[in-house]
Amino acid sequence: MPEKTYLQAISDGLRQEMRRDERVFVLGEDVGVYGGAFKLTVGFLEEFGPWRVIDTPLSEIAIVGSATGTALMGLRPVAELQFADFISCAWDQVVTVAAKQHYRAGTSVPLVLRLPSGGGFSGGPFHSQSPESSFTHVPGLKVVCPATPHDAKGLLATAIEDPNPVLYFEHKHLYRRIKAEVPDERYTIPFGKARIHRAGGDVTVVTWGAMVYTAAEAAGELSAEGVSVEIVDLRTLQPWDKQAVLESVAKTSKLLILHEDTRTSGFGAEIAAQVVEDAFEHLDAPIRRIAAPDTPIPFSPVLEKAYIPQVEDVAVALRELAAY
Amino acid sequence: MATQTQIEVVMPQMGVSVSEGTIIKWLKSEGQAVQADEPLLEISTDKVDTEVPCPADGVLDRIVKLEGETIAVGTTIALVATTSAALASPAEPEPEPEPEPESIAIGNGAPTSPEPVGAQPDNAAGRAFVSPVVARIAAEHSVDLERVAGSGNDGRVTKKDILAHIAEANETEASAPDVEGASETVAAAFQPASKVSSAPSGDRLEPMSQMRRSIAEHMRRSLDTAAHATTVFEVDMSRVVAIRTRLKPEFLERHGVRLTYLSFVSRAALEALRNWPWLNAEIRGDEIVTHSYINLCVAVAVDGGKGLVVPAIRNAEGLNLLGMARAIQDVGDRARSKRLAPEDVQGGTFTITNPGGHGSIVGTPIINQPQVAILDTEALVKRPVVVSDDKGVDAISVRPIMNLCLSFDHRLIDGAYAVQFMAEVRDSLESWGEERY
Repeated sequence: MPEKTYLQAISDGLRQEMRRDERVFVLGEDVGVYGGAFKLTVGFLEEFGPWRVIDTPLSEIAIVGSATGTALMGLRPVAELQFADFISCAWDQVVTVAAKQHYRAGTSVPLVLRLPSGGGFSGGPFHSQSPESSFTHVPGLKVVCPATPHDAKGLLATAIEDPNPVLYFEHKHLYRRIKAEVPDERYTIPFGKARIHRAGGDVTVVTWGAMVYTAAEAAGELSAEGVSVEIVDLRTLQPWDKQAVLESVAKTSKLLILHEDTRTSGFGAEIAAQVVEDAFEHLDAPIRRIAAPDTPIPFSPVLEKAYIPQVEDVAVALRELAAY
Repeated sequence: MATQTQIEVVMPQMGVSVSEGTIIKWLKSEGQAVQADEPLLEISTDKVDTEVPCPADGVLDRIVKLEGETIAVGTTIALVATTSAALASPAEPEPEPEPEPESIAIGNGAPTSPEPVGAQPDNAAGRAFVSPVVARIAAEHSVDLERVAGSGNDGRVTKKDILAHIAEANETEASAPDVEGASETVAAAFQPASKVSSAPSGDRLEPMSQMRRSIAEHMRRSLDTAAHATTVFEVDMSRVVAIRTRLKPEFLERHGVRLTYLSFVSRAALEALRNWPWLNAEIRGDEIVTHSYINLCVAVAVDGGKGLVVPAIRNAEGLNLLGMARAIQDVGDRARSKRLAPEDVQGGTFTITNPGGHGSIVGTPIINQPQVAILDTEALVKRPVVVSDDKGVDAISVRPIMNLCLSFDHRLIDGAYAVQFMAEVRDSLESWGEERY
């Protein structure tokens, strides 16, 4: 099986879907001639032509609005926003129109928004956010946050097949940093099914996206100290795999939730509440959350490092939970 | 389309006036795959049993309400996971020992402290924080936490400590089966406790049917609600007997309808209710609700006398003798063949019960809540009675006599009101005219 970067896996997956289904097309700022801000759609214009690889004006609301309209008319748009941060410009189309269309009119909106998210490279407050939690709060949307190249490709295929608007958050910091085996043939990965990134028995970490790797490094440190950490990679937040989380908590009785999004009203709060509701009598320690502080993301590399949860932050919390 | 992972199954509204239902039986168990419209459980509302279909494809994630529970309409009774995000969770939390409030630390006062809220050892008892999972395991295995060595923060007993303690205790007692029980597994942890019952020899033990439970609950509730009083009237049914004898073959041949005495009594009662409307009423809080229509309930014995249903004949005030006889026959047939719809047993405003078929001559029926009166027709018995002719001369005559008993709710209905109604029913039956249908 060939090794591919996270970015290559998404690119190959998207190309595969476009070859397979001519209703699938891409649109976004500079996705055509330039090949995308992160060069994910390089060669797409040449292969699929200008009707299926559409360069748009710099207007996220126009991109999402057009995508929603074409989805309503039976196409399968995959819209790229250059940075997930700018989905706030398209909030009205996403939340008011796309998310509620099926409920109001019964028509499906098979729309995928590709949203490069996350920090770690001094992108500053407009190019580094992880806004996934906000959209888990909007009924009608699906929220996908792959961590591995394999999941990135399989979840993209599922997202394109799905009749609902899917927000596909691809973590920029994983694009070229993470490389793994990805099958050439097409496959799908179901939504709402977590992946056990690492099995363990003493403490559970529930996380997603780039934080999976942060957790894994910390778990490696703890392993040397005799503490066995289980890492649950949710893969999708809406729907999310409660069963996997609750089963892991039933086993370890100790839970750390880790996310790169800010802390207050982050999706970690939802997970913690659900665990307390359904597995209170399995808890042997208070649930811990590690998340970014409730501030914009700083540009300064030093401050950004202080802002985004680091391996050492996670290791300290895991030690405390293990000793509790 | 929304991407809910869980769909709530609620107690359905089986007709406008039903406020609650009882779960008879779960047809699916937690964790079982279910399909949309597949029967999920059986419920009973009032006296009609029905199945509740599954709202979507998925997995029966959680049974929230157990068999035998009576639940208000609209209350969640189960959760169906439409994805694989199903989890069976504990149905009933085990009782927990009271935590020691003084031993639960409230941290160092800094709300943003990253430290987990810990236990403090410096109280007089020296006992530390008991976590939920430790409390549960201690309760399940009757472990005295004082006797368990704690290895956690400030000597707190951790889950590992108590599991090790139980395993050790079981080992010394050499009671192997319980060692398994001490190990925490997901499956064991999320299973609801099963009910076990046994009977002494010579006695037969059987679960109450849902109908039995409904009747039991309803009867008890009625006696707890209404101030029951019963009055008994003798009615000379000579004229009714004569007219019935004449009309019976005609009704049967032309309309396929059995003309019963109950039809006559019902007609007479409905006419009298027009003059005594409080008997066709209910008490709702501090208010008296008087109905302009009469939904006449007729008690029907079913299951060989082991059950009773009371279907209502809607707007019975508009029925003539034929219509009444036909309606009584219809609801009786449908009750016995279990073909009543939920709305058939709702919304009754006045009830007639008819135990006279086996020779009973007096009864004190229990009111069908939320109504305020129930009329009971007893056996038709030939009796020697004193009759007076138009010159006032008394003579003994053999007459078909029927006792009518009325139980009424003395909270609303005074005796004078009740007996005047009954006198009117009696007079109506005794003076039944040839041309009156």
